[in-house]
Amino acid sequence: MTMPDSTGPGNLPDPMAMGTPAIPSADDGPPPTVGPRPAASTEPLVEMRGIRVSFGGVHAVDNVSVDLHPGEVVGLVGGNGAGKSTLMRVLSGARPADDGEIRIDGKPATIHNPRDAKAYGIETIYQTLALADNIDAAANVFLGREIKDRLGALDDGAMESATRTVIGRLNPRFKNFKSAVRSLSGGQRQSVAIARAIQFNARILIMDEPTAALGPAETSQVRDLVAQLKDEGIGIFLISHDIHDVFDLADRIAVMATGKLVGTVDKHSVTKDDVLGMIIIGKMPGEVSQTELQELVHS
Amino acid sequence: MAQAPAVQPGTVTDRPPRSPRSLLAAAEIDTRLIGMIAALAVIWVGFNLISDGNFLTPRNLFNLSVQSASIAIMATGMVLIIVSRNIDLSVGAVLAFVGYTMAMAQTDWLPNALGLGLGHPATWIITLLFGIVVGAAIGGIHGFVVAYVGVPSFIVTLGGLLVWRGLIFRYQQGQTIAPMDPTFRLLGGGGPEAALGATLSWVLGAIICIGIGYTLIMARRRRRRYGFPLRPMWAEAAITLVSFGVVIAAVAVANAYPWPDGLAQAYAAEQGIEVPPGGFSTGIAFPVVIMLLVGLAMTYMATRRRFGRYVYAIGGNPDAAELGGINVRRTIMSTFVLMGILCAISAAIQTARLNAAVTNLGTQNELDVISAAVIGGTSFAGGIGTIPGAILGAVIMQSLRSGMLLLNVDSPSQDVVVGIVLVVAVGLDVFLRRRTAS
Repeated sequence: MTMPDSTGPGNLPDPMAMGTPAIPSADDGPPPTVGPRPAASTEPLVEMRGIRVSFGGVHAVDNVSVDLHPGEVVGLVGGNGAGKSTLMRVLSGARPADDGEIRIDGKPATIHNPRDAKAYGIETIYQTLALADNIDAAANVFLGREIKDRLGALDDGAMESATRTVIGRLNPRFKNFKSAVRSLSGGQRQSVAIARAIQFNARILIMDEPTAALGPAETSQVRDLVAQLKDEGIGIFLISHDIHDVFDLADRIAVMATGKLVGTVDKHSVTKDDVLGMIIIGKMPGEVSQTELQELVHS
Repeated sequence: MAQAPAVQPGTVTDRPPRSPRSLLAAAEIDTRLIGMIAALAVIWVGFNLISDGNFLTPRNLFNLSVQSASIAIMATGMVLIIVSRNIDLSVGAVLAFVGYTMAMAQTDWLPNALGLGLGHPATWIITLLFGIVVGAAIGGIHGFVVAYVGVPSFIVTLGGLLVWRGLIFRYQQGQTIAPMDPTFRLLGGGGPEAALGATLSWVLGAIICIGIGYTLIMARRRRRRYGFPLRPMWAEAAITLVSFGVVIAAVAVANAYPWPDGLAQAYAAEQGIEVPPGGFSTGIAFPVVIMLLVGLAMTYMATRRRFGRYVYAIGGNPDAAELGGINVRRTIMSTFVLMGILCAISAAIQTARLNAAVTNLGTQNELDVISAAVIGGTSFAGGIGTIPGAILGAVIMQSLRSGMLLLNVDSPSQDVVVGIVLVVAVGLDVFLRRRTAS
């Protein structure tokens, strides 16, 4: 099985196909030691507690709790339909939670819609990019937050200028500022979506498959960007199907399976195989029984 | 913000490009609009040849402008409705209902109930404002049900079509209401006094030219301030000259249409002056002035205000608009309120021109308005369409009808031609769009 393209929503590949032979493996670092994260030096930026979302009778997200600290990248991984995107849609205001609590800076936050989320400094790069194809890059970057002149009219010049600056930082070869984003390449469209998220001094960034549509050069630009934003103290939730990306970029990894949180582990205390095991079996590495391992190996 | 270092100068060079397409691209002119103007020119010249020079006369062009006005006004609103992926089938019925309401207001409610008497100087404006409020309210009902209840706009406005036309018959059992207030009648452009006359027409033309020049200069200054590529000077000059030429020609044609002899004689006798050799100039008709104002206001709203930006964003990707934090429901409802207001303005023009409210007022106007928007390049897929395009679309539709009338083509045959033109125009548009996309 090869990696399908992941531009459409929800077509994550089978976790077995995530690049490395799943289990067993001997060449991957020290033996797994899974433990609680070392005591955080800072107060959590975001705490999501007991979040539940159900579609009809199905629990898409079932009592999940995660947190995020300033300058930290938390990778969110799991198989198809594990509920990672739905969980993040709750935080970005795209879908209300049926139950649970969100705290920002330790204070309870009410997020009913994307506007509320943005007011808390939560920006999202959606897997689908969520661009209006018929308008240009600047109009998309500033969508919903347009710059107005004294008369209250749109100041397209100011918006285009700011857009040229921010996109220039991401993708220096980007030139089509006058065309509708429909006519742009996948990488250029991704640049527009990322520019929109970082233009407004985000404190919390949600990246849903940010490199899915990108070539190698652009992917490395996004990686540099993540590192840079992290240094600036921004907290990042990174959803990715690419376990290498997650291991390279994330500090902690939260694994979800069938709507439940399997566990959150420190990157340095687990191997890629441990995480793959969590994704597939849905249990923490220490809890996996020999029979389950055997079944997995022979399946 | 300071000048962005990432700006790449020289994407538009000052070197004159070669092919017509690259010429237009360098001048940043909408090729679709150019195509429509070319189509209109072909229609006009064609009818003029077939009718032995009877089409391109001041008289015919004046009537054409007046007949296009009420459809063009509604088409500007229909563009925003269709761009945001909705439709309004009720505009003809709403126009009729509001027209009747305004007729009742000026013939009965204001003179009798409010005691203003007939012919009061404020009657026309109170009537018009009242009609606009009623139109906005009707649009608000449609928009609320579409945006907040979630009933598809096709269904809501199909229901509206039946309801509002049916409700006319609650007024006076659907009898014709006439005559209209004398001042109100001027809105219709029905007689020579319902136009600006020579001097004011030239003043209007001058204002439009100054406005065009100001807009071009401001746009250039803004681009220079941000260090963006500038349009080459030859293109600026060409655009200025062509647009000034069109304005001057339009005013000259309107002024070349003289008052009818009888009226001119009577007016001259009354004023104690001689009728000048060419007669009194009629000038630009009031409905056309209203159409220009509406077109300007709607273009400003569509391109320079947040509201318009949101309408287009919703049409391009409703989910993206929602995730961008746009209040999609309120924006959709607003487009219907706007449509109701425009229906009221067109209702005033049509009742004033007829000097009566009749039950078949605005019949099939919904089809003309939708056709005008679509011929003008508005796409049912959403997100694409312009206000000037829709106005041109209305003029093209009306030119076809007026030209065929001149050639004594009967009304059913006119419908056949207009129907075919509509489908061919959209087919051509789809074809060309596919070709430029690949």
